[in-house]
Amino acid sequence: MGLEITTTRLEDAANWGRKFSLFTYPFVTACCGMEFMSVAAPKYDIARFGAEFPRFSPRQSDLLMVVGTITERQGPVLKRVYDQMAEPKWVIAFGVCASTGGFYQNYSAMPGADQVIPVDVYIPGCPPRPEQVLDALMLLMKKVQEGRGHSQVRHKREQLVREGG
Amino acid sequence: MARRVLDALTARFGDAIQSTSSDYGDEVAVVRRDKLVEVARFLRDDPAMAFNLPCYCTCIDYLGLEVLTVRPTSPLAVPSVPARPVDDRPRFAMVYELRSLVHKHRIRIKVPLDENDLVVPSLSELWPAFNWLEREVYDMYGVAFEGHPDLRRIYMYEEFIGHPLRKDYPKERRQPLVRREWTDE
Repeated sequence: MGLEITTTRLEDAANWGRKFSLFTYPFVTACCGMEFMSVAAPKYDIARFGAEFPRFSPRQSDLLMVVGTITERQGPVLKRVYDQMAEPKWVIAFGVCASTGGFYQNYSAMPGADQVIPVDVYIPGCPPRPEQVLDALMLLMKKVQEGRGHSQVRHKREQLVREGG
Repeated sequence: MARRVLDALTARFGDAIQSTSSDYGDEVAVVRRDKLVEVARFLRDDPAMAFNLPCYCTCIDYLGLEVLTVRPTSPLAVPSVPARPVDDRPRFAMVYELRSLVHKHRIRIKVPLDENDLVVPSLSELWPAFNWLEREVYDMYGVAFEGHPDLRRIYMYEEFIGHPLRKDYPKERRQPLVRREWTDE
């Protein structure tokens, strides 16, 4: 009983730390990148939420921002980038193209990044306003704190399977 | 100046030039496939032609094209549009757009191609800029370029089957390389 309470508290503390130090990896493929720059720049300033430091290596980041259209040809690349990230990790689909393919309903565009990797928060908009992105970031922070991110849930499930047999 | 290039082509190559037109200020010469390289070499090397800028080359798929008939009374009627029957036209046509920075003139070369014999000599030897453009046409339309140094797909992946810009390719048919298992939800 006592140990359980301790580990839960510890997890909460760790999640609190995680949600205020999200290191983003911007996977920028299209025009949404302009909007991402706007969010990162001082006017909207994603740094206020502790996510100010884009790392251009997936191995050093824990938030993958899929910014722009994903083509079928890019699918394996995106999957590899996601696989290289260390656990726990989160994914934001930035804009309609990354969420659903947007108006590219054709032979070459993938209908959403979630065809290849699990996405935690979807941002609609073509491109989304910076306010929407900050809103999504706050939603993600809530998710991180509550441990509801895809990788967190998977980790918890695997732990249960290991313990329960 | 408008028809000078076309007249020179007809005078020199005769039969190899199937037809010429200069509607809307666009000089177009329809060239037989077996004379294409000869014509192209003449256009590039002759000092009076000197086409040194290859603007683009692409392909047209005429499948299912309906010739628009406009009533002569309509204000939209353009008398110079040729009313050609659809059936006897070859399905594909290669299009080369050339420009001369020396003489400031341009010309469009069209090469009709039959669906069952989709081969055309490569012009990438003459204008290296056509190298990647011909790869694009090969990728999107499946035209084989004879003598091309590196004829591979340029946009789509190797595993892709078919040629997506052909009119009979269903435009929403995807050929995914990778999909995830939806077990996390």
